[in-house]
Amino acid sequence: MAKDELGETLHLVGTRPLRPDGLDKVTGRARYGADVSMPGMLWGAVVRSPHAHARIVKIDASKAEALPGVKAVVTRADFPEGLTGENWNLQENTMAGERALYDGHAVAAVAATSALRAQEAARLIEVEYEVLPHVIDVDDAIRPDAPVIREGAADATVPEGSPPNVARYIEFGHGDTEAGFAAADLVRERSYKTEATHQGYIEPHACLGQLGADGKGEMWVCTQGQWYIRQMCSSVLGLEAAQLRVTPSEIGGGFGGKTTIFMEPLSLALSRKAGGRPVKIVMTRSEVLRATGPTASASMDVKIGMTKDGMITAAHAEFRMQGGAFPGAPVDMALYCAFAPYKLPAAQHIGYDVLANRPKCAAYRAPGSPMGAFAVESLIDEMCRELGLDALEVRLKNAVKEGDRASYGPTFGSIGLVETLEAAKSHPNLAAPLGPNQGRGIASGFWFNHSGETSVSLAISEDGTVQVSVGTPDIGGSRASIALMTAETVGIPYEDVRVNVVETGALGVNEPTHGSRATFASGKAAVVAARQAIAEMCRRAAAEWGIDPEAVEWANGAAQPAGPNAGKFPPMGIEEIAAKMGSTGGPISGHHESVPEGAGASFGCHVVDVEVDPETGRTTVLRYLVVQDAGRAIHPSYVEGQFQGGAAQGIGWALNEAYIYGEDGRLQNAVFLDYRVPVASDLPMIDTQIVEVPNPGHPFGVRGVGETGITPPLPAIANAIEAAAGVRMRSLPMSPPKVLAAIRAAREG
Amino acid sequence: MNYHTPSTFEDAARLAGAAGGVTRFLAGGTDVLVQMRAGMVLPDDLIDLKKIPGVHDIVQGADGGWRIGIAVPGAALGAHAALVADWPGVVEGMELVGSTQVQGRATLAGNLCNGSPAADSVPGLVAAGATVEITGPDGTRSAPVEEIPAGPGKTTLAPGELISAILLPPRGKAGGDAYLRFIPRTEMDIAVAGCAVNLRLEGDTIAEARVALGAVAPRIALAPDCAAAIIGTTLDEAALAALDAAARAACSPIDDKRGTVAFRTEVAGVLARRAAAIAYSRAKGE
Ligand SMILES: Cc1cc2nc3c(=O)[nH]c(=O)nc-3n(C[C@H](O)[C@H](O)[C@H](O)COP(=O)(O)OP(=O)(O)OC[C@H]3O[C@@H](n4cnc5c(N)ncnc54)[C@H](O)[C@@H]3O)c2cc1C
Repeated sequence: MAKDELGETLHLVGTRPLRPDGLDKVTGRARYGADVSMPGMLWGAVVRSPHAHARIVKIDASKAEALPGVKAVVTRADFPEGLTGENWNLQENTMAGERALYDGHAVAAVAATSALRAQEAARLIEVEYEVLPHVIDVDDAIRPDAPVIREGAADATVPEGSPPNVARYIEFGHGDTEAGFAAADLVRERSYKTEATHQGYIEPHACLGQLGADGKGEMWVCTQGQWYIRQMCSSVLGLEAAQLRVTPSEIGGGFGGKTTIFMEPLSLALSRKAGGRPVKIVMTRSEVLRATGPTASASMDVKIGMTKDGMITAAHAEFRMQGGAFPGAPVDMALYCAFAPYKLPAAQHIGYDVLANRPKCAAYRAPGSPMGAFAVESLIDEMCRELGLDALEVRLKNAVKEGDRASYGPTFGSIGLVETLEAAKSHPNLAAPLGPNQGRGIASGFWFNHSGETSVSLAISEDGTVQVSVGTPDIGGSRASIALMTAETVGIPYEDVRVNVVETGALGVNEPTHGSRATFASGKAAVVAARQAIAEMCRRAAAEWGIDPEAVEWANGAAQPAGPNAGKFPPMGIEEIAAKMGSTGGPISGHHESVPEGAGASFGCHVVDVEVDPETGRTTVLRYLVVQDAGRAIHPSYVEGQFQGGAAQGIGWALNEAYIYGEDGRLQNAVFLDYRVPVASDLPMIDTQIVEVPNPGHPFGVRGVGETGITPPLPAIANAIEAAAGVRMRSLPMSPPKVLAAIRAAREG
Repeated sequence: MNYHTPSTFEDAARLAGAAGGVTRFLAGGTDVLVQMRAGMVLPDDLIDLKKIPGVHDIVQGADGGWRIGIAVPGAALGAHAALVADWPGVVEGMELVGSTQVQGRATLAGNLCNGSPAADSVPGLVAAGATVEITGPDGTRSAPVEEIPAGPGKTTLAPGELISAILLPPRGKAGGDAYLRFIPRTEMDIAVAGCAVNLRLEGDTIAEARVALGAVAPRIALAPDCAAAIIGTTLDEAALAALDAAARAACSPIDDKRGTVAFRTEVAGVLARRAAAIAYSRAKGE
């Protein structure tokens, strides 16, 4: 589909109407996870391990249970046994069994008549621990003599004789890398490290759960995916999925971290034990930082061969990542994405998923891709410097195009990397003058984009307005975008469409809003559902006119005869058809469910200017540009918001965010004061440029845009710091003490 | 928990002196209430000082000195043009505390008595030669600000004693002060190192100086060697280098999640130089 082919006929797609959730959010009317309360409700509190690794010898809750107002205490003994695989992992993470595996791991929970009483009771639960040796850093965790997190954790992919904490092994590649390196003029191999970071959503996890002795339950929860909550809670507690009804709240940020369960099963378990009274649990920020999220930390070796004129001849990557005490670090994704922007004659990838005494990692915006990009995009920049080549030209020279084989296997369809790089090249920011101690960095980024199970219903109301029921919570503007696409398809005003995010009882299974899929997948399904409703409205008009339904067409929100031969009738508008639908055959609706094909990948290029204070090592971001392929921007303001948000989170990850553990394995910075996400005044206004290379797999050309934007910032900033201060930072965060130490080391030779 | 609203400092001192358990005074509450919510402190007696007449006032005395009420928030200091003209370094230290919301409440006295070695308004007060008026069960006394901190979370105030006013000396002619802190972000953070410089010129030469360092030792303290390094100079390169070295020598910081010993020490020297340059140009009326 050529871009202008569609563009001429579009009235609403590409405009920037007011967001449907705007008034609710600015007036405080929006209901978030903690805003739901019920008559007879109890409050839950969780007892958490203060140790990184400890055997749980004894739990004595007698003092807590004796406290007036305490209605239930649960431990692992209240959960079913015999789970396997990821279900066991989820259960073990929800509530520790024999051992606490990280600082903050839940070991017991209590429900009482007030929040204060529940907290008091939690303090009275006595847990006896036998402290065990622990390991935090990924390079320590992969040593053969590291403390063993779990015997037998390795799956079938792990080669015999591997260190005990290696849980998964991955290896893939193509071409002859040895020949490729031999053909290069410059071969460089370097090691890079990234720290674990938290998604940092503003809204802490919150839920209200109710479960009766009959196994019927309800849950109101802040989540990116109500069906995931249903399935995971059911597995962990041994319930039947259809008996648990899960309603998502408005959501104050997720970034992938709310696609799984943490304390949700605890509220249900407590409720069941307290005779079915609903139990609300709201996490504190410190619980969020100690026991939810984060992403994985990574240690990576990359080797690249390049000719004098900047052609890449071969690449090799070995990544080691820890994602906490359970398998699941996104080392596979990191490797798939690492070289994705480059057409490579030969590439080899090796990955280790390693266990450590840290919280179970959750998805975080393009899981794995930012780490891989940090290593690869940094090394390419280092080699461009050494060879005296322009970093943007080298990226253009090696850029993948439609029909090229991707480094991770498949052949690319329509993609917009070259268009993105060209747009960056001609942007005025590239010509902005730089002063002393200032430097510019460039990096590319990639995310596949996901489709996933999707079910959407659409119904015509009595007055001709349209309601759309979707199963993907709105974390980035999907309600506005889906309303725009529906209104465009039906030919009615944007304001006449209301998109509702509905509970699990209302639709078939939907995957969460993850993988940048909501506007792509729910949007595509909504368009199909709208077309079904349009076909039905054409049939109703045809019946009234007494002509063949094929002789009726739909235009501008009305049925009309398809041509002069079809008969001469005035157009019948949607209001008219809707007003009489009760007597012409009943409700008119559309419904579509599928795993939509054709989620198109999105490439991005970021250009950042920084200033480094040579006396303090402090980096100030002066100017920041995000260029990214959106396929088609349905609501451009939201697309720009996603670009800016990804850059902001990436800047935090690059400069100051990190988990700081003491020698004892305890997390020392479980507050936003010391877990340093950027504050507004740390950031410049982030410039954006939307590139539109339409995705043929979507009726309006949409590509997901939510994730690619966090991928280039880590290397882009490292590249800019070298340009500004002459030091190459190969480990994150690039905090002032580390940058100053590097400057001092360089000065002292 | 008992909540009290005395209407005189004497009553407040009597209440505090008689209270047996954990006692806290409530000024802006931006430390106390946060600590209570986090479960770090659960006071038996909370004595709110904001109902005492005069605590919200900023008054200039006949000699040109200033008396600042103990409930005056940072935002009110910043809005007081004459005070800012006299003591810009003191005011900028207090204005660095928190955000707009916190500024509406946070006070100098609370910042001092919370006892943090990183408290942002305290180096400026120390460098300025400020004193505090202390009311206790046995009457009133006064003390230099630098005598109040006693290590992290502690003060030298005796049980029942509280601060009833903050006093700044007359500015005089050809004086200037400045405070700088280092944080990794631009706001909402705790000083990794801080330095305040207050000086008076005779011609181009520094006749008097006081330098105080923050966040690089258990207590915020005067650094006499830093002052000695610049007194009698025109703040030339050699004086700045000597100041830098003296500031680094005065540091005995900790290694923690907020900064290393090496980093804090090096940055203290940088801040001393930069703060001195600002104070000098303020003194020259530039
Ligand atoms: C978001 C946030 C950001 C912050 N940022 C900074 C920062 O950048 N720099 C910084 O230094 N601080 C910062 N703080 C800490 C705090 O705001 C300051 O220390 C503030 O000056 C405390 O003043 P207050 O009036 O609120 O004190 P309160 O909380 O009312 O009291 C603090 C302590 O002082 C005692 N006290 C109060 N008044 C008296 C008195 N008259 N006599 C004797 N004892 C008394 C109390 O008993 C208590 O122990 C921040 C706090 C928050 C919440």
